[in-house]
Amino acid sequence: MTLKLGVPSKGRLMEKTFEWFAARGIVLSRSGSDREYAGLVEGVDGIELVLLSAGEIPRELAAGRIHLGVTGTDLIREKLGQWEQRVEELAPLGFGFADLIVAVPQAWVDVDTLDDLDAAAAAFRTQHGFRMRIATKYHRLVRDYLRDHGVADYQLVDSQGATEGTVKNETAEAVADITSTGDTLRANHLKILSDGPVLRSEATLFRARNPDLDEAEREAMTSLLHHLQL
Amino acid sequence: MPNRLAKRAEAARVRALFEVAGAQVIDTPVLQDAETLLDLYGEDIRARAYVTSDALKGEQMLRPDFTLPVVQMHMAHGAEPARYTYAGEVFRRQEDDSNRASEYLQVGYEVFERGAPEEAEAEVFALISSVLRGLPLRAATGDIGILMAAVEGLQTTEARKAALLRHIWRPRRFRALIERYSGRADVPASRAALLAADDPFAEAGPNIGLRSKAEVETRINTLREDAKAAPLSDNEVQLMDAILSVSEALPHALEHLRDIAVDMPSIAAAVERLGRRAAALQARGVDVANLQFEASYGRASMEYYDGFVFGFYAQERADLPPVASGGRYDALTRQLGNGEEIPAVGGVVRPGLMMMLKGGTA
Repeated sequence: MTLKLGVPSKGRLMEKTFEWFAARGIVLSRSGSDREYAGLVEGVDGIELVLLSAGEIPRELAAGRIHLGVTGTDLIREKLGQWEQRVEELAPLGFGFADLIVAVPQAWVDVDTLDDLDAAAAAFRTQHGFRMRIATKYHRLVRDYLRDHGVADYQLVDSQGATEGTVKNETAEAVADITSTGDTLRANHLKILSDGPVLRSEATLFRARNPDLDEAEREAMTSLLHHLQL
Repeated sequence: MPNRLAKRAEAARVRALFEVAGAQVIDTPVLQDAETLLDLYGEDIRARAYVTSDALKGEQMLRPDFTLPVVQMHMAHGAEPARYTYAGEVFRRQEDDSNRASEYLQVGYEVFERGAPEEAEAEVFALISSVLRGLPLRAATGDIGILMAAVEGLQTTEARKAALLRHIWRPRRFRALIERYSGRADVPASRAALLAADDPFAEAGPNIGLRSKAEVETRINTLREDAKAAPLSDNEVQLMDAILSVSEALPHALEHLRDIAVDMPSIAAAVERLGRRAAALQARGVDVANLQFEASYGRASMEYYDGFVFGFYAQERADLPPVASGGRYDALTRQLGNGEEIPAVGGVVRPGLMMMLKGGTA
């Protein structure tokens, strides 16, 4: 069988991934029309390109349905428990930089650190009768981070998009989201806590651990890694 | 690995022993209202409990332990004093360790009784140790009440004491607060700037969200008050450190804590409770001279346990979770009872782990 390489199916992440491989002599491309999610690999044999959403790549790697995949470190850590045992980081690709951060309204002049957030959350709960809501789609990462830092009296509410708008809409008091420049946060009157990000993320080439490879797939893997100088 | 039927039989055997000791057999639903659990334990419970839902009942959790439903049941229609026993599955999500069971049996023994708390504590501990006799286990004990008494007796503002008590079960944040209140950690630059500003709201921008400007102002006033408060004395910080570092056989620990209580009289009553408990344990045949006591035991893992705490661990298997654990959880009944408190102490054993250790196979 062929070795399967999963790559994000659209946008800048796909283009940059294609460029990264091209710089190493491997030409990836979408076959057929722009709407068709099939791909071509030239420059190395025995490899099949699978185009899919960056968010699905962690699951597909863990399930062994693809053997290699490009996605953000944030998505791997959020979606895979014990991720180190299930996938291996082969190479950071030098693009797709984004930080997972916690942000609160600019108007909260009394809140700059997690220490402040915790104290504000305690007072908020007393005042409003429920725990301070933090909107995010990164539940595991944010919960682990806040637990490690001893923040209490908050709850996470799920937000799969337009997270920055949740505060103004009063469905959350604070947000935890990915940002690269912070422009969207500022435009929504939010500011980032100064403790540093929950996680720094970057597009990365991952390999599934313990995949069941046949002879041809093993050869293709060796040949690909040789081309990539990994 | 013992099979499920064998584990059930073992659970039934242990429950029968608890019944003989005077407990009434009870059972509780597996599905628990998620809101109550979230209200008690916060977001962390989502990492530990399986959540499910339907359109009528809303979010439900598979019971992560029996404590909450047993307390609710007792508060609704229990007579006092009461002793209960139960055996059944609990469910725990495992996100970080695939070797830990996500479904296992627990057998519990819970005592709701006012008066003679040390007797009830010794009763629970002695009964659970008798069930475990012969297994290669070591016991660890602690008493979160001593640390709480120390905090309540600090020469500082009520706001600072409340903040420390709120974080008793989060050692890292507790430590950070002590560092701040004692002046060992610098005031963060952003806070210093805020307190020095003529108009703290100069850069505030529009007010968005539910937290109002008045709430922000209240907190700024709290911070101003706090900035005026005298730092915790070195002496008090050292005494707290001394308490937290007590870790030795119970008689020595008791002696050590009595010495500390001379300089910190606020813990004297809690230390005497420890003394009475040691005597009660001895009277029930527990080898107190070799019983390990750690003043900080249970802080990170047993939220709402606010007095005596204990756990039994496999000696040769540091990788295993405790085979039995328990303690006093008056704080939980206070939280659930809207201030009305029912003194409660109890413990659970895991028959599956007991069998694993008995069989010598792991």
